[in-house]
Parts: sequence; C-alpha cells; structure tokens
Amino acid sequence: MEKIQCQCGHLNPPGTVLCEACGRSLTEKEQKSKLVDMRYEGTARRSQTYNKSIIDKIWNFFSSVKVGVSLIVLLLVAAAIGTILPQKAYIPATTAAEIKAYYTDVYGSVGRVYHFLGFHDMYSSFWFILLVGLLAISLIVASLDRFVPLYRSLKNQRVLRHISFMNKQRIFADGPGADDSLQKAEAKLKELKYKVTTDKNGLLAEKGRFSRWGPYVNHIGLIIFLFGVMLRMMPGFYVDESLWLREGETRAIPEAPGYSLESKGFELETYTGEDDEAVFNEAIDRVGSVAKNYQTDIVLYQKPEDSLPGATDLEKVKESSIRVNEPLKFDGYAIYQMDFRLDELKAMKFQLTNKETEESLGELTIDLINPEKTYEFENGATVNLLGYYPDFSGFENGEPQTATPLPNNPGFLVEMKTPETPDGETSFITIKNTVEPFGENQYKLAFQAAETRDVSGLTIRKDRTLPILGLGGLIFMIGVAQGMYFNHRRFWIQQKADGEILLAGHTNKNWFGLKKDLDQVTEYASLPAYVDQQEEIEKAEKLESEEQS
Amino acid sequence: MGQNRIHHHHRGFIANLGYFFTRWGATGHAPLSNMFEFTTAFGMTLVAGFIVIYALYKTPVVGMVVLPVALLIIAFASMFPSEVSPLIPALQSNWLAIHVSTVVLAEGVLAISAAAGLIYLLKVVDLNKKSKQRFWLEAIMYSLVLVVGFVVASSYFTLTGYQSDFTYVDKEGAAAEITYHMPAIFGMHEYEQLSEDKMTPLMETPAVVNAGKLTTVTWSLIVGTILYWLIRLIARKRIAAIFKPFVKNVNLQLMDEIGYRAVIIGFPLFSLGALIFAMIWAQIAWSRFWGWDPKEVWALVTWLFYAAYLHLRLGKGWHGEKSAWLGVIGFAIIMFNLVAVNLIIAGLHSYA
Ligand code: HEM
Repeated sequence: MEKIQCQCGHLNPPGTVLCEACGRSLTEKEQKSKLVDMRYEGTARRSQTYNKSIIDKIWNFFSSVKVGVSLIVLLLVAAAIGTILPQKAYIPATTAAEIKAYYTDVYGSVGRVYHFLGFHDMYSSFWFILLVGLLAISLIVASLDRFVPLYRSLKNQRVLRHISFMNKQRIFADGPGADDSLQKAEAKLKELKYKVTTDKNGLLAEKGRFSRWGPYVNHIGLIIFLFGVMLRMMPGFYVDESLWLREGETRAIPEAPGYSLESKGFELETYTGEDDEAVFNEAIDRVGSVAKNYQTDIVLYQKPEDSLPGATDLEKVKESSIRVNEPLKFDGYAIYQMDFRLDELKAMKFQLTNKETEESLGELTIDLINPEKTYEFENGATVNLLGYYPDFSGFENGEPQTATPLPNNPGFLVEMKTPETPDGETSFITIKNTVEPFGENQYKLAFQAAETRDVSGLTIRKDRTLPILGLGGLIFMIGVAQGMYFNHRRFWIQQKADGEILLAGHTNKNWFGLKKDLDQVTEYASLPAYVDQQEEIEKAEKLESEEQS
Repeated sequence: MGQNRIHHHHRGFIANLGYFFTRWGATGHAPLSNMFEFTTAFGMTLVAGFIVIYALYKTPVVGMVVLPVALLIIAFASMFPSEVSPLIPALQSNWLAIHVSTVVLAEGVLAISAAAGLIYLLKVVDLNKKSKQRFWLEAIMYSLVLVVGFVVASSYFTLTGYQSDFTYVDKEGAAAEITYHMPAIFGMHEYEQLSEDKMTPLMETPAVVNAGKLTTVTWSLIVGTILYWLIRLIARKRIAAIFKPFVKNVNLQLMDEIGYRAVIIGFPLFSLGALIFAMIWAQIAWSRFWGWDPKEVWALVTWLFYAAYLHLRLGKGWHGEKSAWLGVIGFAIIMFNLVAVNLIIAGLHSYA
C-alpha cells in the first residue's frame, strides 16, 4: 500500500485517518462526520489497514474489542455455571464412578446432566482453559495493535492543527478574544499544571498523558499473571503435598529433600465464653462449640550438608509452632496447619493370661505404628506377632484384610508360647473380639489399656510462581490506577491575526473535569464561550425524533 | 431540600461509623465476619460512595435513590442474627479485615453507578408505551418492594416470637433438626413436626432444597407482592411512574458520567480488595490463593462483568441508556453474591 499525502504535504502511513501533522481528515467517512474519532488519534492501526492474508484476518479477529468482550462474557457465564452445583473437589467422593453416582443420587436428573456436560469440573476443563488462552492472545494482540501507533502519534504531536481538526473536536470555541488572551491562557493553564508548548500563534496544553498507557500496563500485568499460572504446571515450580504427623513422631518432609519435621504436640482450643470472651456467649450457645486455635508445636531438622548418604544424623533448624494463618516457612517452602485427627490409637497394652487361673505372665505393649515382631517375658514365654492389620476390615479367602494403613481398628494375629504350651497357640485379636482359629487355647492376651495421641494434617507447599503472580498483580494495579484515577486532557488554542480565537479540547475520560478546567481558563483569559458539540448533536437528534413521533 | 438532607446524611453516616468502631472494640475484630456485619457495612459504604460522588458532582438527586436503598439494606441486615460471633482460626487474620473492608467499600462505590443508572432510566423510559424497558424498570421497583416484604415478614414473626421445630433427613441421609421462625409453608425432606399447634407444611421438598429458607423467601414474596399491589392501587400508577416527576429536571449526560465515574473509581478498588487481597489472605490461610469456591467465583464474575462494562464503553454505542442498564445489572450481581451465594449456593455445598 502507498503512503497517503495530506494537503499540508505530510506523508502519512497507509491507513491513517487524521493527518499526523495537521490533523486534517484523510478518509471520506471522516471528512463527512461531524466529530472526529479521537480514540487512537486517527493513527494507522494494523487491524484497520490490512485485511488480505489469513494472518491479517486472525490479527484483526483478536484485536477487536467486540471479540475481547465476548470472551470476557463467555468466561463470566462459564464461571457462574460452575457454581450452580458444587465442583467435584468439594464433594465427598473420589473415584470417577463415585463422583458420577454422587451427582445423580444427590441432585437427581439435574445433577446427571450437570455431570454429563462436564460442569462438575468446569475450571480445569479443556474449553475453560482454552477460553482463558484465547483471552490472553486477544489481550496481547489488541494491545500491540493500538499501543504502537498511539505511542508514535502522541510523541510527535504538533501544536498547530488544521481548522477542520479543531472544529470537529467535541469541545470547540471560536470568536473574538483579547490581545493578551493567548498569554493569559498559557499562564492559567500552567497554573493548572498543564504542560504548555507554543508555536507561532498557537499553543498546545497537555496534562496526564501517562494515563493513556494505563490500559497497556494493566494488560501486561494480566499477561504476566496468566503466564505465572501457566508456569505452575511445569515440574519444579510447584509442590503440593500433605503429611500426617503424629505427636512425638519425626518424619521426612515430602518433596523437601533433607528436611524432617517432628511434632511435639497438637492442640485444639475452643472458645470458652469466659472473661473477655463473654460477648460471644450468644453465638456459642446457638451453634455449639467454636474452634479458636489449631496448633502443632514442631521442630524442623535438616540433614547436615556433609553427612554421608544413608546417615541419620539431623541438625535442628528451628523450633516453633504452626497455626492456621501462621504457616512455617523455610527455604521457599511453607507448611500449613490444615487438618487434624484427635485421639488416634498409638499403642495397646495386653496381659498374657491363663484363661483358667487368670494368672498373668506379664504385660506387653504393641506400638501400633511400628510394632515389634516378638515380645519376650521373664519366665521365657514369648508372643510372636504373625500379622498386623491396622484397619481390620474383615476376612477375604480366610485372610484378614486392612482397609487403610491407619490404626483405626487394629487386628493382630499372634502366636503365644509359654513353658506350658511350648508348641504355641494362635489367636486373632481385634478390639471387639478374639478368634481362636485352631481350637480352644489355654492362654489369651487380655486387653488392658490403649494410648492415644493427636495427628496433625499438614500441607506442604512450595510455589515458585508466587513472585511472578505478585508482580503481575502489582503491575495490573499500577496500570488500572494509572488509567482510571488520572486522565489525559488537551487544549489547542490559536489566535489569528485579527484577534479571533480558535479553541479545541479533548480528554479520554472525565469531560466534566476538562470543562471545569476550561471554565477557569475561559474566564481568566477572556476566551470565547465553548460548546460541547456532542451535547448539541444529541439535542438535535432528540428534537428530530420527537418531531417525527 | 438538598443541602439539609445531605447534612443530615453526613450525621447519620458518622453515627453509623461510630457503631462500627464500637463493635470492633467489643469483639476485638473488625465487624465484617458475618452476614449482619457485612451487610450493615455495605449499607454504610453505599452512603460513603454517595458522599464521594456528591463531593465531585454536587448532585443531591443521586442521594434520593441511594439513601432509601441504603436504609433498606441496613433493615435487611438487621433481620440476621446480630450476635457477635467468635472467629474461627481461618478468619483470625488482619488480611481478612483488609480484604473485606476494601471489598465493601468498592461495592458501595460501584453501587452508585446503579443509582445513577436507575435515575437515568426513570427519566428516559417511556411509561406510557408497552416495552421491555418499561417491564424491567418496574421489575427493579418490584424487587425493592420485595426486600421491604422480607423485612416486614421477618419483623412480624420475630416480634410475635413464632417458633416451630422439626426433625428431618438431610441430603447425606443423616438425621437433623431445624427451627422455623415463620409458619412452615414447605417442609424439609422427610420432616416430622415437633411443635404442636403450629402450621403444618403444605408441601415436602427434596433433600437438596432447604425448605426453611424457601419458606422465608415465599413469605417475603407474598408480603412484598401484597405491598406492591397496595401501593399501585393507592397511587393508581406504576411505582416507576410515582418517581418520574422527581427526575424530570435531571441532566442525563451528567447521570451517564456519574455512572461511569463510579465504575472507574470502584473497579480498581474492587480488583484490589476482591481479588488481590483475597488471594493474599487465601494463600496464608488456606495454603492456596485460589480454590474456585462459589464466593471466589462470584467475585471473579463481578470483576469480569465490570471489565466488560469498561470495554463496552470504549465504543460510543454503549453510552447512555445501555450503560444505565449495565450499572443496574452490576448491582444485581453484587447483591446476588451477597445474598444468594451466602444463603443459597454456599448452603448447597457440603463444606459450608
Ligand atoms: C479480564 C480481562 C481484561 C481486563 C481486566 C481488562 C482491563 C482493562 C481496563 C481496566 C482498561 C481501561 C479501560 C478504561 O480506561 O476505560 C482496558 C482497556 C482496553 N482493553 Fe482491556 N482488559 C481485559 C481484557 C481485554 C481483552 C481480551 C481485550 C481485547 C480486545 C482488551 C482490549 C482493551 C482495549 C482495546 C482497551 C482500550 C485501550 C485504550 O483506550 O488505549 N482488553 N482494559
């Protein structure tokens, strides 16, 4: 395409609407309209200029605000639909079949359809992520399409503009002025913090140009944020593990090589309603007990750097407590207090007893996490633990089964040898009953006591994308504040040889504020009264439509 | 009238602020942790939003809409248990107060755009001709009367001390109990009534529906609808038409500008409070900055909506009446998030 030559002699890039130098309208449409379209200063935007190749078409598609708004609205609607029924992460079901059944059982046919359409996993669905991706592309393309030409044109502004540029601005005035109008206007505008440049018989006053970059800055912030979110799918950037830690136990921290954590104790406090908590009494009475604090007291250990592989020596790093809202932080990791189980069985104490005489040969304590294989008594009796089933759930083909590795319902298959019964007697013991599979025994293990302890449910996080997300958020906020709490105001004033004043004003936002400034300048510098041409046009249109009806 | 009213209003606002801080002192936390506290604060920030706009534009007419609506919202709030509740551990964070107070402030400012929009619509919509616009404008008026209906019904049954106890079976199949404070129109799933001489439910609902809340909604609808028709019978015109004379001299261009300005001021605040501060708090309290729970999603929906509004305003075609409608819709979304998401959707989720 060829460059467009304006009457003033300036050569403009193809696609320009208003001459870069003098502001004359270059297209027929623009010449006919009553007001110039000032959105991007009438510069040549790629999307408005080329429409031939497939690349042009794609570019134009993504650069359109209509497309951008449609994407925003689609995302909004999809997001809202995802809240009609709970998402799958929030329902008490884990396997695909259970999840499917849950929606049908609880929500009937609505639930079935919801599940069928995939709405139960809306936010990780392919097309939701696709929409976000398209939005990101649109953000980038639309911003580039506008930013480059806008930047060029605002940088190369001329003071003197053609009359056809001036009189097609929304704020316009012409009429006689005083001899010193121009000087006084300049002084007043400077007082109002405008930057004034003069050229021959005219001036250009400008304020807040930087606010024009606001949208581009905030879009960059959004793109950085979305980039950070994408990055967390890469290995190494994001760790999300959980750890159940029992009181008194020391465990390696998953995904944090070299680190271990010991629990000194777990604590659950509830509101008592006493003393200065008395104000809460009414609420506590209504809902029952209310938790006040969950806390695990911990010691963090690290394997010394020079320690040999396989060595178990640990160095204490710090001793503190983890509470809700107060995670433990170290080396880029954060450990959160997320959950707890109270009173988990820790150990069980039994007596080896002669069933008939009730005579005891001694006691043994079975640690339910790390049980020993053999327990020996003073008089030579032994108990062998042949099998341990921490969460006994019944027999399958004669074999005892355990549902989980947690000691919720321990079952023990034991062999008892005493001087009286050297061949050994076998017995299967659970909390509720005892089975003697090979006939009547002489000895039994009589339950004495159980020890319990609390378990802390901890979450281990490492999120190396957080600084990126934070940066994105910060840039976004700077951009919106810049674009919305400030605005770009300009006045062009010329005085002809006969004293006649021409004035035009433009702002990207807040015409109310612009007019307030102009009122002050007009009064001080005795400028001709201005008109808001848009209001005039609207009034005329309204009159016309009223006459027709 | 203008000046006087405004001064009055400032005084009311300061009294309200005083209440807010007294409550803060008594509970040891910012009073923003339950429905009563949050909604009262919203009523306050609505007034604060009006004060900001009034300082900029000196337009008492906006107050004509904002003040009654703020009053209505505070009356609505006072129907919820007003006891001070102790904070569960997750809520014991300064970030919570920072997050919530920024959100209510932003919502108060954004709501001004709905007020300006409503005034705009009251002036431009032709009430003599049948049209979609006329229908929806009256629908807005009707929904405001429904809030009055809720307040009247709740107050009446609270004052008369109505109470009726039931047992029922919840959606997980467990036995549960509930106390109705209004005569039961709907019964919970497999309910059994414990109180004698009290209205028996007309209909039993499936387990996923909270028949107690449905009953409250139904009573509000009944009372509100009766009120609405009473007003229409007495005035012999639509409610919108009653207000029309008050907005006769309103400058439409100014209302459009105020509506837009409110969004411009409110949007950055909302982004900061409802997304950024919320994420910081969630990261500290829940170990992840975003979890797609309904409250979070609806904050995102609100934010996307206002982003769409701003982009639509880039072109000329959406100024004026269309913008006014968008302002009103934005307020509807905010109220939906406040009322429906708290009371209905959150209740559907098993973790709530
Ligand atoms: C959620 C996503 C988005 C947010 C939060 C956002 C935010 C914003 C904001 C706050 C403004 C300033 C508006 C004003 O000053 O009145 C803006 C302007 C703009 N946005 Fe976006 N935007 C988003 C997505 C998009 C998309 C997808 C497009 C693609 C077409 C787009 C194109 C534009 C354009 C063309 C402008 C005007 C630029 C100018 O006036 O110089 N935005 N955006």
